[in-house]
Amino acid sequence: MNTFLSRLNSLFAMTMTVLAGLTFCCFLSTVHHTHHSIAKLDTPSVLVRQAPDYMIGHEINDLGHMTLNIDADLNHLFNWNVKQLFVYITAHYKTEKNAFNQVVLWDKIIRRGESARLQYSRVNPKYYFWDDGFGLRGNPNVTLALQYNVIPNSGRLLNIYAEGRHVVSMPENYIKGRA
Amino acid sequence: LLDISFLSDLKRMNKRQVFYQFLSFGMIVSSALMIWKGLIVATGSESPVVVVLSGSMEPGFYRGDLLFLTNDLEDPIRAGDIAVFRIKGRDIPIVHRVLQVHERDDGYVKFLTKGDNNAIDDRGLYAPGQLWLEKGDVIGRAKGFVPYIGMVTIVMNDYPKFKYAVLGLLGIFVLLNREA
Repeated sequence: MNTFLSRLNSLFAMTMTVLAGLTFCCFLSTVHHTHHSIAKLDTPSVLVRQAPDYMIGHEINDLGHMTLNIDADLNHLFNWNVKQLFVYITAHYKTEKNAFNQVVLWDKIIRRGESARLQYSRVNPKYYFWDDGFGLRGNPNVTLALQYNVIPNSGRLLNIYAEGRHVVSMPENYIKGRA
Repeated sequence: LLDISFLSDLKRMNKRQVFYQFLSFGMIVSSALMIWKGLIVATGSESPVVVVLSGSMEPGFYRGDLLFLTNDLEDPIRAGDIAVFRIKGRDIPIVHRVLQVHERDDGYVKFLTKGDNNAIDDRGLYAPGQLWLEKGDVIGRAKGFVPYIGMVTIVMNDYPKFKYAVLGLLGIFVLLNREA
Protein backbone atom coordinates (compact mmCIF):
# COMPACT_ATOMS: atom_id res chain seq x y z
CA MET A 1 0.00 0.00 0.00
CA ASN A 2 2.88 2.27 -0.48
CA THR A 3 3.10 2.96 -4.18
CA PHE A 4 1.54 5.91 -5.91
CA LEU A 5 -0.53 3.68 -8.18
CA SER A 6 -1.93 1.48 -5.42
CA ARG A 7 -2.87 4.58 -3.41
CA LEU A 8 -4.57 6.04 -6.44
CA ASN A 9 -6.38 2.76 -6.96
CA SER A 10 -7.64 2.62 -3.36
CA LEU A 11 -8.71 6.25 -3.48
CA PHE A 12 -10.64 5.68 -6.67
CA ALA A 13 -12.29 2.51 -5.36
CA MET A 14 -13.25 4.28 -2.13
CA THR A 15 -14.75 7.24 -4.02
CA MET A 16 -16.80 4.97 -6.25
CA THR A 17 -18.03 2.90 -3.31
CA VAL A 18 -19.07 5.95 -1.30
CA LEU A 19 -20.82 7.53 -4.28
CA ALA A 20 -22.66 4.29 -5.01
CA GLY A 21 -23.67 3.97 -1.37
CA LEU A 22 -24.93 7.56 -1.23
CA THR A 23 -26.88 7.12 -4.45
CA PHE A 24 -28.49 3.98 -3.07
CA CYS A 25 -29.35 5.74 0.22
CA CYS A 26 -30.86 8.60 -1.75
CA PHE A 27 -33.10 6.07 -3.49
CA LEU A 28 -33.99 4.30 -0.22
CA SER A 29 -34.83 7.51 1.59
CA THR A 30 -37.81 8.25 -0.64
CA VAL A 31 -38.90 4.77 -1.67
CA HIS A 32 -41.98 4.83 0.58
CA HIS A 33 -43.47 8.09 -0.76
CA THR A 34 -46.90 7.76 -2.34
CA HIS A 35 -46.89 10.96 -4.47
CA HIS A 36 -50.60 11.50 -4.02
CA SER A 37 -52.30 14.65 -5.22
CA ILE A 38 -55.65 15.96 -6.36
CA ALA A 39 -56.45 17.69 -9.62
CA LYS A 40 -59.53 19.43 -10.99
CA LEU A 41 -60.00 19.15 -14.73
CA ASP A 42 -62.71 20.62 -16.87
CA THR A 43 -63.42 21.05 -20.56
CA PRO A 44 -65.22 24.31 -21.33
CA SER A 45 -65.57 23.53 -25.02
CA VAL A 46 -65.65 20.18 -26.81
CA LEU A 47 -65.81 19.74 -30.58
CA VAL A 48 -65.32 16.88 -32.97
CA ARG A 49 -64.80 16.88 -36.72
CA GLN A 50 -63.64 14.55 -39.45
CA ALA A 51 -60.46 15.46 -41.23
CA PRO A 52 -57.70 13.90 -43.29
CA ASP A 53 -54.78 13.11 -41.00
CA TYR A 54 -51.88 14.45 -43.02
CA MET A 55 -49.41 12.77 -40.68
CA ILE A 56 -50.54 9.29 -41.67
CA GLY A 57 -51.10 9.49 -45.38
CA HIS A 58 -54.30 11.56 -45.49
CA GLU A 59 -56.47 8.82 -44.02
CA ILE A 60 -59.67 10.42 -42.69
CA ASN A 61 -60.11 10.12 -38.94
CA ASP A 62 -62.08 11.76 -36.18
CA LEU A 63 -60.36 14.82 -34.76
CA GLY A 64 -61.42 16.02 -31.34
CA HIS A 65 -60.76 19.44 -29.89
CA MET A 66 -61.37 20.35 -26.30
CA THR A 67 -60.10 23.35 -24.38
CA LEU A 68 -58.98 22.59 -20.86
CA ASN A 69 -59.31 24.06 -17.39
CA ILE A 70 -56.60 22.71 -15.10
CA ASP A 71 -56.37 23.30 -11.37
CA ALA A 72 -53.81 21.35 -9.37
CA ASP A 73 -51.15 22.02 -6.75
CA LEU A 74 -48.19 19.66 -7.09
CA ASN A 75 -45.68 21.58 -4.97
CA HIS A 76 -45.77 19.02 -2.16
CA LEU A 77 -44.51 16.29 -4.50
CA PHE A 78 -41.01 17.76 -4.69
CA ASN A 79 -38.29 16.59 -2.29
CA TRP A 80 -34.51 16.17 -2.43
CA ASN A 81 -34.92 13.08 -4.57
CA VAL A 82 -37.31 14.51 -7.18
CA LYS A 83 -35.56 16.45 -9.91
CA GLN A 84 -38.45 16.83 -12.32
CA LEU A 85 -42.15 16.19 -12.68
CA PHE A 86 -43.38 15.44 -16.16
CA VAL A 87 -47.07 16.34 -15.93
CA TYR A 88 -49.44 15.27 -18.68
CA ILE A 89 -53.16 15.06 -19.32
CA THR A 90 -54.45 11.99 -21.11
CA ALA A 91 -57.82 11.16 -22.58
CA HIS A 92 -58.74 7.51 -22.60
CA TYR A 93 -61.78 6.00 -24.24
CA LYS A 94 -63.14 2.93 -25.96
CA THR A 95 -64.29 2.70 -29.55
CA GLU A 96 -65.75 0.01 -31.76
CA LYS A 97 -62.43 -0.45 -33.52
CA ASN A 98 -60.13 -0.40 -30.48
CA ALA A 99 -60.83 -1.68 -26.98
CA PHE A 100 -58.54 0.89 -25.42
CA ASN A 101 -57.27 4.23 -26.70
CA GLN A 102 -55.18 6.73 -24.80
CA VAL A 103 -53.97 10.05 -26.14
CA VAL A 104 -51.83 12.73 -24.45
CA LEU A 105 -53.48 16.10 -24.93
CA TRP A 106 -51.22 18.38 -22.95
CA ASP A 107 -47.96 18.11 -21.06
CA LYS A 108 -45.60 20.25 -19.03
CA ILE A 109 -42.16 19.80 -17.55
CA ILE A 110 -41.76 21.16 -14.02
CA ARG A 111 -38.22 21.15 -12.70
CA ARG A 112 -37.42 21.33 -9.01
CA GLY A 113 -37.48 24.94 -7.97
CA GLU A 114 -40.16 26.00 -10.45
CA SER A 115 -43.68 26.61 -9.28
CA ALA A 116 -45.85 23.50 -9.52
CA ARG A 117 -49.14 25.31 -8.99
CA LEU A 118 -51.07 24.60 -12.18
CA GLN A 119 -53.87 27.04 -12.86
CA TYR A 120 -54.95 27.17 -16.46
CA SER A 121 -58.20 28.40 -17.87
CA ARG A 122 -59.45 27.63 -21.39
CA VAL A 123 -56.06 26.45 -22.55
CA ASN A 124 -55.68 24.78 -25.94
CA PRO A 125 -54.36 21.26 -26.05
CA LYS A 126 -50.76 20.81 -27.14
CA TYR A 127 -51.33 17.76 -29.30
CA TYR A 128 -53.91 16.88 -31.89
CA PHE A 129 -56.59 14.56 -30.62
CA TRP A 130 -56.72 12.15 -33.57
CA ASP A 131 -58.68 8.94 -33.18
CA ASP A 132 -57.74 5.78 -35.02
CA GLY A 133 -61.02 5.65 -36.93
CA PHE A 134 -64.37 7.30 -36.26
CA GLY A 135 -64.87 6.54 -32.58
CA LEU A 136 -65.07 10.04 -31.14
CA ARG A 137 -68.38 11.34 -32.40
CA GLY A 138 -71.05 10.67 -29.82
CA ASN A 139 -68.64 8.78 -27.57
CA PRO A 140 -70.29 8.99 -24.15
CA ASN A 141 -67.24 8.29 -22.05
CA VAL A 142 -63.94 10.00 -22.77
CA THR A 143 -62.11 10.22 -19.47
CA LEU A 144 -59.52 12.91 -18.86
CA ALA A 145 -56.91 12.32 -16.19
CA LEU A 146 -53.91 14.28 -14.95
CA GLN A 147 -50.83 12.10 -14.57
CA TYR A 148 -47.26 12.81 -13.65
CA ASN A 149 -43.98 10.99 -14.10
CA VAL A 150 -41.79 11.51 -11.05
CA ILE A 151 -38.16 11.62 -12.19
CA PRO A 152 -35.82 11.13 -9.22
CA ASN A 153 -32.17 11.95 -8.72
CA SER A 154 -31.81 8.20 -8.40
CA GLY A 155 -34.43 5.55 -7.97
CA ARG A 156 -37.70 4.35 -9.40
CA LEU A 157 -39.46 6.09 -12.27
CA LEU A 158 -43.12 6.18 -11.42
CA ASN A 159 -46.21 7.25 -13.34
CA ILE A 160 -48.89 8.39 -10.93
CA TYR A 161 -52.47 9.40 -11.57
CA ALA A 162 -53.75 12.46 -9.72
CA GLU A 163 -57.07 11.95 -8.02
CA GLY A 164 -59.93 13.49 -9.91
CA ARG A 165 -60.95 12.37 -13.37
CA HIS A 166 -63.21 14.28 -15.70
CA VAL A 167 -65.57 12.46 -18.01
CA VAL A 168 -66.51 14.11 -21.28
CA SER A 169 -69.40 13.17 -23.49
CA MET A 170 -68.44 13.91 -27.07
CA PRO A 171 -70.92 15.79 -29.26
CA GLU A 172 -73.18 13.84 -31.60
CA ASN A 173 -72.47 16.04 -34.61
CA TYR A 174 -69.39 16.91 -36.50
CA ILE A 175 -68.61 20.56 -37.05
CA LYS A 176 -67.96 21.37 -40.66
CA GLY A 177 -65.40 23.56 -42.30
CA ARG A 178 -62.69 25.42 -40.45
CA ALA A 179 -64.40 26.45 -37.20
CA LEU B 1 6.01 4.90 -11.41
CA LEU B 2 5.83 1.11 -11.76
CA ASP B 3 7.29 -0.42 -8.67
CA ILE B 4 9.99 -3.01 -9.26
CA SER B 5 8.72 -5.23 -6.42
CA PHE B 6 5.58 -5.81 -8.49
CA LEU B 7 7.66 -7.43 -11.22
CA SER B 8 9.73 -9.51 -8.83
CA ASP B 9 6.48 -10.89 -7.39
CA LEU B 10 5.79 -12.14 -10.88
CA LYS B 11 9.07 -14.01 -11.07
CA ARG B 12 8.35 -15.79 -7.80
CA MET B 13 5.03 -17.27 -8.99
CA ASN B 14 5.06 -20.96 -9.69
CA LYS B 15 2.89 -22.82 -12.19
CA ARG B 16 0.14 -23.51 -9.65
CA GLN B 17 -0.17 -19.87 -8.76
CA VAL B 18 -0.31 -18.86 -12.40
CA PHE B 19 -3.18 -21.29 -12.98
CA TYR B 20 -4.89 -19.95 -9.87
CA GLN B 21 -4.62 -16.40 -11.18
CA PHE B 22 -6.22 -17.38 -14.46
CA LEU B 23 -8.92 -19.27 -12.61
CA SER B 24 -9.75 -16.21 -10.47
CA PHE B 25 -9.90 -14.13 -13.59
CA GLY B 26 -12.24 -16.67 -15.18
CA MET B 27 -14.44 -16.63 -12.08
CA ILE B 28 -14.79 -12.86 -12.20
CA VAL B 29 -15.68 -12.86 -15.87
CA SER B 30 -18.19 -15.69 -15.62
CA SER B 31 -19.84 -14.22 -12.49
CA ALA B 32 -20.32 -10.93 -14.31
CA LEU B 33 -21.74 -12.74 -17.31
CA MET B 34 -24.14 -14.80 -15.18
CA ILE B 35 -25.39 -11.71 -13.36
CA TRP B 36 -26.06 -10.06 -16.69
CA LYS B 37 -27.85 -13.09 -18.14
CA GLY B 38 -29.81 -13.50 -14.90
CA LEU B 39 -31.00 -9.90 -15.20
CA ILE B 40 -32.09 -10.53 -18.78
CA VAL B 41 -34.24 -13.46 -17.66
CA ALA B 42 -35.62 -11.67 -14.59
CA THR B 43 -36.66 -8.53 -16.46
CA GLY B 44 -37.69 -10.15 -19.72
CA SER B 45 -35.74 -7.52 -21.60
CA GLU B 46 -32.84 -8.25 -23.93
CA SER B 47 -30.99 -5.27 -22.50
CA PRO B 48 -32.04 -4.59 -18.91
CA VAL B 49 -29.65 -1.68 -18.47
CA VAL B 50 -29.29 1.00 -21.13
CA VAL B 51 -27.36 4.24 -21.34
CA VAL B 52 -29.16 7.34 -22.60
CA LEU B 53 -27.40 8.31 -25.81
CA SER B 54 -29.12 11.50 -26.92
CA GLY B 55 -30.44 14.68 -25.42
CA SER B 56 -33.99 14.18 -26.64
CA MET B 57 -35.35 13.58 -23.15
CA GLU B 58 -33.72 16.52 -21.42
CA PRO B 59 -33.98 17.88 -18.78
CA GLY B 60 -35.09 14.57 -17.30
CA PHE B 61 -32.45 12.31 -18.82
CA TYR B 62 -29.11 13.53 -20.03
CA ARG B 63 -26.60 11.73 -22.21
CA GLY B 64 -24.79 9.25 -20.00
CA ASP B 65 -27.58 8.48 -17.56
CA LEU B 66 -28.40 4.86 -16.84
CA LEU B 67 -31.88 3.37 -17.11
CA PHE B 68 -33.12 0.06 -15.70
CA LEU B 69 -35.67 -1.59 -17.94
CA THR B 70 -38.26 -4.30 -17.58
CA ASN B 71 -40.16 -5.80 -20.45
CA ASP B 72 -43.25 -7.37 -18.94
CA LEU B 73 -45.38 -8.28 -21.93
CA GLU B 74 -48.45 -8.72 -19.71
CA ASP B 75 -48.21 -5.14 -18.45
CA PRO B 76 -50.02 -2.98 -21.02
CA ILE B 77 -48.27 -0.09 -22.69
CA ARG B 78 -49.83 3.19 -21.61
CA ALA B 79 -49.33 6.85 -22.53
CA GLY B 80 -46.60 8.43 -20.44
CA ASP B 81 -44.51 5.26 -20.21
CA ILE B 82 -40.87 5.73 -21.08
CA ALA B 83 -40.22 3.14 -23.78
CA VAL B 84 -36.84 2.10 -25.11
CA PHE B 85 -37.23 0.81 -28.63
CA ARG B 86 -35.32 0.00 -31.75
CA ILE B 87 -36.43 0.94 -35.25
CA LYS B 88 -36.36 -2.04 -37.61
CA GLY B 89 -33.09 -2.10 -39.44
CA ARG B 90 -31.27 0.15 -37.01
CA ASP B 91 -29.09 -0.72 -34.03
CA ILE B 92 -29.40 2.31 -31.81
CA PRO B 93 -31.97 2.10 -29.02
CA ILE B 94 -34.08 5.21 -28.59
CA VAL B 95 -35.50 6.34 -25.25
CA HIS B 96 -38.73 8.30 -25.67
CA ARG B 97 -42.14 8.67 -24.08
CA VAL B 98 -45.36 7.07 -25.35
CA LEU B 99 -47.74 9.75 -26.63
CA GLN B 100 -50.65 7.71 -28.00
CA VAL B 101 -51.82 4.12 -27.62
CA HIS B 102 -54.47 2.23 -29.58
CA GLU B 103 -55.15 -1.31 -28.40
CA ARG B 104 -57.49 -3.72 -30.17
CA ASP B 105 -59.67 -6.43 -28.65
CA ASP B 106 -57.31 -9.14 -29.88
CA GLY B 107 -54.41 -7.61 -27.96
CA TYR B 108 -52.64 -5.93 -30.89
CA VAL B 109 -51.21 -2.61 -29.72
CA LYS B 110 -49.87 0.25 -31.79
CA PHE B 111 -48.39 3.36 -30.28
CA LEU B 112 -46.69 6.64 -31.07
CA THR B 113 -43.74 8.13 -29.19
CA LYS B 114 -42.15 11.52 -28.69
CA GLY B 115 -39.04 12.76 -26.94
CA ASP B 116 -39.71 15.27 -24.16
CA ASN B 117 -37.19 17.67 -25.61
CA ASN B 118 -38.40 17.30 -29.20
CA ALA B 119 -41.01 19.59 -30.69
CA ILE B 120 -42.72 16.88 -32.76
CA ASP B 121 -43.51 13.21 -32.41
CA ASP B 122 -41.26 10.43 -33.68
CA ARG B 123 -43.00 9.56 -36.95
CA GLY B 124 -40.10 11.12 -38.80
CA LEU B 125 -37.74 8.71 -37.05
CA TYR B 126 -39.58 5.52 -37.83
CA ALA B 127 -38.74 3.36 -40.86
CA PRO B 128 -40.14 4.58 -44.19
CA GLY B 129 -43.81 3.67 -44.32
CA GLN B 130 -43.94 2.89 -40.62
CA LEU B 131 -46.52 4.99 -38.79
CA TRP B 132 -46.72 3.26 -35.43
CA LEU B 133 -44.57 1.20 -33.11
CA GLU B 134 -45.55 -2.27 -31.96
CA LYS B 135 -44.78 -4.39 -28.90
CA GLY B 136 -42.08 -6.21 -30.81
CA ASP B 137 -40.08 -3.01 -31.32
CA VAL B 138 -39.82 -2.36 -27.60
CA ILE B 139 -36.70 -3.45 -25.71
CA GLY B 140 -38.29 -2.48 -22.40
CA ARG B 141 -39.79 0.32 -20.37
CA ALA B 142 -37.73 2.36 -17.96
CA LYS B 143 -38.50 1.68 -14.32
CA GLY B 144 -35.37 2.94 -12.58
CA PHE B 145 -32.80 5.65 -13.07
CA VAL B 146 -29.25 6.39 -11.98
CA PRO B 147 -27.49 9.55 -13.21
CA TYR B 148 -24.08 9.98 -14.90
CA ILE B 149 -22.72 6.41 -14.57
CA GLY B 150 -23.25 5.51 -18.21
CA MET B 151 -20.80 8.21 -19.31
CA VAL B 152 -18.09 5.58 -19.00
CA THR B 153 -19.74 3.52 -21.75
CA ILE B 154 -20.14 6.55 -23.99
CA VAL B 155 -16.48 7.57 -23.55
CA MET B 156 -15.36 4.01 -24.22
CA ASN B 157 -17.42 3.90 -27.41
CA ASP B 158 -16.21 7.24 -28.65
CA TYR B 159 -12.58 6.51 -27.89
CA PRO B 160 -11.99 2.78 -28.50
CA LYS B 161 -8.29 3.11 -27.65
CA PHE B 162 -9.33 4.19 -24.16
CA LYS B 163 -11.53 1.09 -23.88
CA TYR B 164 -8.69 -1.25 -24.84
CA ALA B 165 -6.32 0.54 -22.46
CA VAL B 166 -8.73 0.22 -19.52
CA LEU B 167 -9.54 -3.41 -20.24
CA GLY B 168 -5.89 -4.21 -20.76
CA LEU B 169 -4.83 -2.59 -17.49
CA LEU B 170 -7.64 -4.29 -15.58
CA GLY B 171 -6.69 -7.64 -17.05
CA ILE B 172 -3.04 -7.22 -16.16
CA PHE B 173 -3.87 -6.03 -12.68
CA VAL B 174 -6.16 -8.98 -11.97
CA LEU B 175 -3.78 -11.54 -13.42
CA LEU B 176 -0.67 -10.29 -11.70
CA ASN B 177 -2.04 -9.17 -8.37
CA ARG B 178 -1.27 -11.75 -5.80
CA GLU B 179 -3.49 -12.18 -2.73
CA ALA B 180 -1.04 -11.56 0.09
